[in-house]
Amino acid sequence: MAVDTASSGQRIPVPPHRDTLARRGSITLSAHPRLRLTLMLSAPLLWLGLIYIVALAALLITALWTVDSFTGTITRSWTLDNIITVLTGSLYQTVTVRTVGVALLVTLIDILVALPIAFFMAKVASPRWQRILVIAVLMPLWASYLVKAYAWRSVLSQNGIFEWLVAPFGGQSPGYGLPATVITLAYLWLPYVILPIYAGLERVPDSLLEASGDLGGKTWATLCLVVLPMIWPAIIAGSIFSFSLSLGDYITVNIVGGANQMLGNLVYTNVGAANNLPLAAAIALIPIVIIFGYLAVVRRTGALENL
Amino acid sequence: MTADRPAIRLTGLTKSFGGTANAVDGIDLDIAEGEFFSMLGPSGSGKTTVLRLIAGFEQPTAGTVSLLGEDVTDRAPFDRDVNTVFQDYALFPHMSVLDNVAYGLRVRGVPRRQRHAQARQALETVRLGGFGDRKPGQLSGGQRQRVALARATVVRPKVLLLDEPLGALDLKLREQMQVELKELQRELGITFIFVTHDQEEALTLSDRIAVFNEGRIEQLGTPAEIYDRPLSPFVAAFVGTSNIFPDALSRAVLGRVGMHALRPEKVTVGRADAALSTQRTAPGTLAEVIYVGSTSRLIVDLDAGMRIIALEQNDAHRVTEDERGSRVSVGWQDGDIVALEKATAVTTDPATVPATVPATVPAPKHTTDTAR
Repeated sequence: MAVDTASSGQRIPVPPHRDTLARRGSITLSAHPRLRLTLMLSAPLLWLGLIYIVALAALLITALWTVDSFTGTITRSWTLDNIITVLTGSLYQTVTVRTVGVALLVTLIDILVALPIAFFMAKVASPRWQRILVIAVLMPLWASYLVKAYAWRSVLSQNGIFEWLVAPFGGQSPGYGLPATVITLAYLWLPYVILPIYAGLERVPDSLLEASGDLGGKTWATLCLVVLPMIWPAIIAGSIFSFSLSLGDYITVNIVGGANQMLGNLVYTNVGAANNLPLAAAIALIPIVIIFGYLAVVRRTGALENL
Repeated sequence: MTADRPAIRLTGLTKSFGGTANAVDGIDLDIAEGEFFSMLGPSGSGKTTVLRLIAGFEQPTAGTVSLLGEDVTDRAPFDRDVNTVFQDYALFPHMSVLDNVAYGLRVRGVPRRQRHAQARQALETVRLGGFGDRKPGQLSGGQRQRVALARATVVRPKVLLLDEPLGALDLKLREQMQVELKELQRELGITFIFVTHDQEEALTLSDRIAVFNEGRIEQLGTPAEIYDRPLSPFVAAFVGTSNIFPDALSRAVLGRVGMHALRPEKVTVGRADAALSTQRTAPGTLAEVIYVGSTSRLIVDLDAGMRIIALEQNDAHRVTEDERGSRVSVGWQDGDIVALEKATAVTTDPATVPATVPATVPAPKHTTDTAR
């Protein structure tokens, strides 16, 4: 119609496709979906298979060997002794309970602290403040883990900043021990809990909060009936981070934990000073089993389906 | 209807989001009880902001909102007897349809058995009786729309606010929902305030329409008043399609002073040599013929230097594209000319407003082709 007559006289010709190697490659790939999939997945699958699963299997196998107490070399004969020692020894039981307790407490504290921060970031702050806060939350991750742990050691020391802060109110520093370990670990893993919850809240449309208020839901009802159920998977995702990271930690407890030991310390001393790699492997299996148990429980709640 | 106690009264309502112009600029408006009231305007005209101010999601910069004679300006949304049907429906995705509908009763502390019974009944009224156990994600757009309606009406609000509720539905479903909305409103006797940018929808449904432009009410009246007697070029162009004659062309073509409008369906087109039966005629050239089913839209370049649109029924003597470029004669009756008293310029986005002088490619049919 009129469009054609008006513009046909002054069309710039479009050049035909050039037959390059890259173009032929693209044509081959687009015609063969299986080839495409193989090329794409081989590298990550190799990584996952060889380095990750094989390493785990090696750990399991090592746990079934033993150490010759006289020569200190590993004897490659199969035995369940290490596993039995770890399961029945009172030291291992106490440390396991302590480690799980610390990890659970750290996770709980992190969720309670992360929820209001993430809510403010996702729903209250202006876009500019939102960006600033995301950077602020990520900033501690740029500093070394060791530096942060030692910083807390200094904060919690006698006459440290913590004591100076709470002394006017009659408080005092918890000193080095399990409370200090919990505080430090909670601080270290907080960004890993805030970010998934923030992302989860970002996905809750504002109109749902408005709809709840519109229908008569006050703040508390909106939070319990709409917000929390919707970000439950995000909370679980965050808790997996803080729980598993706490479970495997041994440096923080060394720095601020006083004489307390966690599972990681036992692994560390058995690898190093005691030179009993099979026993260390058996101990290392404990957190792995616990994490698997945790994931199984979480899976039952259906949270993993929405991750 | 009581004149001194309207369902909604807005006085000097103003909202500024910090920009240079106010999003809502001093609206005074009374909406009577039981009325089906539409706020019509292009996007950015302030109609949705007015709705959100009534619901309480936004706080006005100045002015008041009264509900049945009671000032509710400072009340929170959950403390106002007003409910909203959201544009995106805003159904809670983690709850079943029944729990969604029962939500308003739940937060009011209605026992489980009773609120479920009431919710079931509300679902029946929107013909979704068997759908209570499904999740919103398993419903079609039209069904979600009905759930949102049931959820908002089950708590018996004094006023129901609807924010472009049919915008996401396809044409057939939209027409069906229009009928259902009208029936529901009659059945419940609740005041409906309906926000839309679709002028056809507003004309079809409303008792009264307020046409919004740049944060102000451009014209307020019944659908017939708005369509037949637009006061400004903006209303003439936004509600239906109009041929608008600026002052100079009014003098040249119509022989009148001031700005005037003429609906395309009031314009007749005939061969240049044949005499038209209309009071007035003007010569021109047929520039384009656009076939739109029951009608054809003819675009004629008048010799006086203006493009005019005519809408012709496609009966026996249909004008075809072959006749493009031929000389024609355009005619109209004096009584069909509308004088535009308010000289507000048409400054809205041309994509949302049906253009007075259309480009060669016609705009989407449902927004331009309502003057049948």
